[in-house]
Amino acid sequence: MLADKDRIFLNLYGLQDWRLEAARRRGAWNATRDMLECGRDWIIDQVKASGLRGRGGAGFPTGLKWSFMPKEVKDRPHYLVVNADESEPGTCKDREIMRHDPHLLIEGCLVASFAMQAHACYIYIRGEYVAEREVLEAAIREAYEARLIGRDNVHGWDFDLYVHHGAGAYICGEETALLESLEGKKGQPRLKPPFPANVGLYGCPTTVNNVESIAVAPTIIRRGAAWFAGIGRPKNEGTKVFSISGHVNRPCNVEEAMGIPLRQLLEEHCGGVRGGWSNLKAVIPGGSSVRMITAEMAETVLMDFDALSALKSGLGTAAVIVMDQSTDLVAAIARLAYFYKHESCGQCTPCREGTGWMWRVLTRMQSGEAEMSEIDLLLDVAGQVEGHTICALGDAAAWPIQGLIWNFRHEIEDRITAYRRSRGLHALGTLAAAE
Amino acid sequence: MTKIIVDGTEIDVPPEYTLLQACEAAGAEIPRFCYHERLSIAGNCRMCLVEVKGAPKPVASCAQQVRDQRPGPNGEPPVVNTRSPLVRRAREGVMEFLLINHPLDCPVCDQGGECDLQDQAIGYGRAGSRFDENKRAVEDKFMGPLIKTVMNRCIQCTRCVRFATEIAGVPELGASGRGEDMEITTYLEGALTSELQGNMVDLCPVGALTSKPYAFNARPWELRRTETIDVMDALGSNIRVDARQGEVLRVLPRVQEEINEEWISDKTRHAVDGLRRQRLDRPYVRVDGRLREASWGEALSMAADALRPCGGAVGAIAGDLACVESMKATLDLFTALGSPNVDGRPDGLVLGGGPRESWLFNAGIAGIDEADAILLVGTNPRIEAPVLNARLRRAWLRGAEIASVGAAADLTYRVTQLGEDGGALERLLAGEEDWATRLEGARRPMVIVGQGALIRPDSAALLRAVGQLCARFGISGREAGWNGYCVLHTAAARVGALDLGFVPGPGGLDAAAMVRAMDAGSLSALWLLGVDEIDLPAPGRGTVIYVGTHGDRGAHRADIVLPAAAYTEKAAIFVNTEGRVQMTQRAAFPKGAAREDWAIVRALSERLGHRLPYDSHAQLHQRLLADHPVFASLDHAPRRDFPAGFDVASLGAAGTLSSAALVSPVRDFYLTNPIARASVVMAECAASRRAAPVLMAAE
Repeated sequence: MLADKDRIFLNLYGLQDWRLEAARRRGAWNATRDMLECGRDWIIDQVKASGLRGRGGAGFPTGLKWSFMPKEVKDRPHYLVVNADESEPGTCKDREIMRHDPHLLIEGCLVASFAMQAHACYIYIRGEYVAEREVLEAAIREAYEARLIGRDNVHGWDFDLYVHHGAGAYICGEETALLESLEGKKGQPRLKPPFPANVGLYGCPTTVNNVESIAVAPTIIRRGAAWFAGIGRPKNEGTKVFSISGHVNRPCNVEEAMGIPLRQLLEEHCGGVRGGWSNLKAVIPGGSSVRMITAEMAETVLMDFDALSALKSGLGTAAVIVMDQSTDLVAAIARLAYFYKHESCGQCTPCREGTGWMWRVLTRMQSGEAEMSEIDLLLDVAGQVEGHTICALGDAAAWPIQGLIWNFRHEIEDRITAYRRSRGLHALGTLAAAE
Repeated sequence: MTKIIVDGTEIDVPPEYTLLQACEAAGAEIPRFCYHERLSIAGNCRMCLVEVKGAPKPVASCAQQVRDQRPGPNGEPPVVNTRSPLVRRAREGVMEFLLINHPLDCPVCDQGGECDLQDQAIGYGRAGSRFDENKRAVEDKFMGPLIKTVMNRCIQCTRCVRFATEIAGVPELGASGRGEDMEITTYLEGALTSELQGNMVDLCPVGALTSKPYAFNARPWELRRTETIDVMDALGSNIRVDARQGEVLRVLPRVQEEINEEWISDKTRHAVDGLRRQRLDRPYVRVDGRLREASWGEALSMAADALRPCGGAVGAIAGDLACVESMKATLDLFTALGSPNVDGRPDGLVLGGGPRESWLFNAGIAGIDEADAILLVGTNPRIEAPVLNARLRRAWLRGAEIASVGAAADLTYRVTQLGEDGGALERLLAGEEDWATRLEGARRPMVIVGQGALIRPDSAALLRAVGQLCARFGISGREAGWNGYCVLHTAAARVGALDLGFVPGPGGLDAAAMVRAMDAGSLSALWLLGVDEIDLPAPGRGTVIYVGTHGDRGAHRADIVLPAAAYTEKAAIFVNTEGRVQMTQRAAFPKGAAREDWAIVRALSERLGHRLPYDSHAQLHQRLLADHPVFASLDHAPRRDFPAGFDVASLGAAGTLSSAALVSPVRDFYLTNPIARASVVMAECAASRRAAPVLMAAE
């Protein structure tokens, strides 16, 4: 369990004031100028050495991503864009950072922008986050007034920070769709390459980072890369905010060490699974887009990127969705399939056509109104969507369904059998006359 | 050049090639829907997926360049597979997704037989469907009189959207909604305002956008294809005419990179129904003030009687659609008759006689791609030559600066308006316009002079000003291989007439003078080769003999009407505005008793006792080439070098410039010639454009 002294977000629950003065007491904006004076290469090296992996879901090493930016600013300015379009079902960590500890994020924006030689940073905040935006904007005003950011600020790096309010599309959380939306266009992912580090916002070199990745950076540098790297397992270092929801006694956000056993996470911070551990049925460990795991797997799995990948699931945004024995898993995944169908941008074929197809098949399966052969059909369709699309939304739509069929195929089969029995049909037979 | 291995074959391709191009260079066929060479890359159909060794997922080959690929661990060239099981499965999957919501209405779809989706479904799809749900239904959209939409069939490739935005320059199409609710729409349900919209029908890989006038007319396998040349404007776009049983049913573009690439204007494409209406299919003669049908013999003897005794008191005018052969025969006949009164410039064009460069689009249409400062003088290329306008727009997108002297118009790109009248030219010459510095600094400056500047009373002075501008700013003559003095004609016949010397001989009258002379009684007969665009002599004065295809203004005034062949009904030479000699081919036969124009002149010459020395088209050609070697180099534009002896500064004549605005002679794009005026489709287009209220976004 993470010791209190190792926590980065000291006001995650909003028990204290979010304002500048209180944030300063918690350590924000401390020695920022000294950090910048150590130079941008040093900052990037520190972040690299800390082992910080992107907190938005894909887990790409943050320091490495920063180092992809051109070394020198040429004819095009550099930009930092913070992805605060937190829309992944189950995920609610970034909003807590933005409304309770906004100054850590603002400081992170300055440090990261300096490291990448950006004089402007945009925070693209989810449309539904109204109160969070208000707090964030107020905090930015405070920072401007205290000359922590802005022109001729005390840190010696001219820096402007803008908050842009999204309009509520999940796809705008995809980094290139976010850039399109930020440019005022329809939010549709771009083709890669070119990658944003080369051609990003307004065609300029751009880095897009998650709120949490940026907000933890100043503290990591302040306390030293070794401190951060000392927490967790190799290649899965540091602390992470977990969002636990579903059938636990006390759903919560909690900052914990990477690699904490899932069972420990649930029992120590959430009061355990509703009705006891034996009542657990399945867990989606990383936001709606990863494959679910069974209770047996949940027993021993560690909450980090590599351990969950080994189970063909993923850490994603570390949004743990706990489902007990009362859960209708088929209905749950059908609802997720509807979400992806609804949020597909429609640009490329497999996702546009496939998400609707999968949702419709799942909806029938939910009531059992399907053929046994359709389970394999569904798995095949999911495989045809996965990996064939421009962005990762196709993968995200396919994985929950694959997780369901791989781990809980019997649930669907039982549903179909029960339906057929209720209609007086032979469990596995087919309607010869009608076909 | 970069090495890459495609299906086991190592090839060397430029690094900027996309994988798709590289695969094609290696001989591998890559299916595609959204990719098109002339549009930006969308990468959304996912049909062109290939396997790249080392990549975790199949990649869209249209969207990645060869230089983006990583070499193997020991520096081996990247390896691409287009035939692996992974690729086959991926294509099958995409094909299935495209078909699940695509209606199975091929039997009633006009795209049937030439549908990319049909073809690729056979080549790359699964045998059956596994989709058991209801298909999506999409409301059809209104896009005007030319495009019929069946949006159920749309596969959202966005080729039409990209064409409208990028090439046509009218961002009136877009995709609204998201996911499976995404629809291609015109937003405001208004007719498109592009003159190039027919090309969207060609671009649509499925039957979502089909040609409205051609709906349910024919199947592609019933049609006989003829590769020929268009005459609706002076570009000489290369076209394919599809005919069934002697009737022209549609016109499609052919690829000709130096002229029309693969686009044609809506008039070129859709005026063809005019070839079936208002046609002159037998000779007529005017008796007691009324036209009545006559036999060829009767009509020709009357014509001969009208022309015979008059000698020098007869004249000939060639109209906008006259072919070189008919003008050659007419010229030979009138020379034999001893009349210097011939003119191929009914509009009063001041060019003609003198060096050929003075009336050509010297830089060539493709030269626009190199120009970096373009001055338009008295022209509205959007309605005079829409395909050329698309090239100008591309030049602008590339960074070329474009300015205009003449009436302001929306040309689909930004134009610096220097003034409406010729005074702007004088200011440019005097260096009083800021834009003069642009011309000065340009590497490849270009001046496009339109008919709006060349058919006015002060045109000689305007031409002189343009010529001096060309000399002053090195538009013409500064750099070897570049001659930026370009005349944009509006009539397909004009350059041919000028090349042939179909202009008044010594002491001869020009077109306007002939009409006046006719009214005054000093000219007794006028031979009109399809002249419909000018005011003709009042009825009752002398004999007007009209040779043409349509019952238009000329035929209404005529005393003798001799029916001739339209451009789709004869093999004939036309010279385009850049001086490129091209030949049409016969796709259908002339209507009824109509004959090819040159043969009519030849028959008449016999009756006049001046038998022309050619009995066949081939003999006429021999004679033509012997007399005018310029027509010998078929399909080639002249070299655009600045020729010795072409003194651009002395073009035209000194004079005072009028303060009247330079206005394009094309009043209505859709109604510029007898064929278009006979076309119901063109009439609908013209009416819809006139009626279209200018909708604001807020409405």
